[in-house]
Amino acid sequence: MSTVACPECEAQVQLEAGTEVGEILVCSDCGVDLEVIALEPAKVQLAPREEEDWGE
Amino acid sequence: MQQRLKIGVLYSRVRVEEKWIFGAMEKRGIDYDRLDDRAIHFDLNDPRPWQLYDAVLERSISYNSGLYALRLLNAFGVPTVNTASVAEICGDKLMTSAAFARDGVPQPHNATAFTPEAALEAIEAFGYPVVLKPVVGSWGRLLAKVNDRDAAEAVLEHKSTLGSVQHSVFYIQEYIEKPGRDIRAIVIGERVLTAMYRKSEHWITNTARGGEGELCPITPEIEELCLRAAKSVGGGVLAVDLVEHPEKGLVVNEINHTMEFHTMQPVSGIDIAGEIVEYVMSIAREYA
Repeated sequence: MSTVACPECEAQVQLEAGTEVGEILVCSDCGVDLEVIALEPAKVQLAPREEEDWGE
Repeated sequence: MQQRLKIGVLYSRVRVEEKWIFGAMEKRGIDYDRLDDRAIHFDLNDPRPWQLYDAVLERSISYNSGLYALRLLNAFGVPTVNTASVAEICGDKLMTSAAFARDGVPQPHNATAFTPEAALEAIEAFGYPVVLKPVVGSWGRLLAKVNDRDAAEAVLEHKSTLGSVQHSVFYIQEYIEKPGRDIRAIVIGERVLTAMYRKSEHWITNTARGGEGELCPITPEIEELCLRAAKSVGGGVLAVDLVEHPEKGLVVNEINHTMEFHTMQPVSGIDIAGEIVEYVMSIAREYA
């Protein structure tokens, strides 16, 4: 398990075992959505905002 | 010796569904590529890199990206789950309603109009309340329950002024007094795999909006209706949403072609991701 700093509030966000690139995490401090863009070392960035054509 | 099949999985985000699908691929030892729809590009003069795939499973969150990717892949002769034609119909509520009307699939009373004035006339003919829905959209987003003429005028003006050009196609649906729930069924090929009630105090029962799931027995009526509806839109891997109409009985509200099943899989205990992967492999084998 590794941790990264939230780019919004700098809180430490934990990546659980089995986390994949492309997964969305929620910062427990500020609540922002973060996208995992790399593992080893772990990197996250602010996830894109929901678009009008998103869905299932 | 039969060649090893190569599968592509087109995705935007690794949601729990994609994790389960990737896991099901890996468990079966399938040779597959993860194709992030934000990173890929298509050279229209050179389809060969794409033609290496025996099938592509489309799981994009963006309807536009997924639809155009499917259109290109199908034009290149690559089998996809689902096909571009199915995505065109299921991703657009008006196209879905048109397919159901053509095939006599029971559905709520719907109407459409292309100007706020004509839409208001159609709404008045329905009587209140009615529901206005964007033709493209999901997760219960931008649905409006309109209770009177004042609200209708306001919503129509806002949609035509603030919305994208697509919001000028006004899709009007009768408001159904449903019993605090609707039904979602998963159809894969010719089978209704499982069904679930989606319960909510809110009139929007989508689990993306907080609705809760509970297993729903697949009655012969549900099975027959789901298979008819799935066939009407072209078939494949689909989530059929049914509503219990107080007068008409079961009606099909919509069909999703890149469904989420993070509630459905644990509620049903069925390995939906595994079933999807098996279906994709059957399509790949059929066209290999």
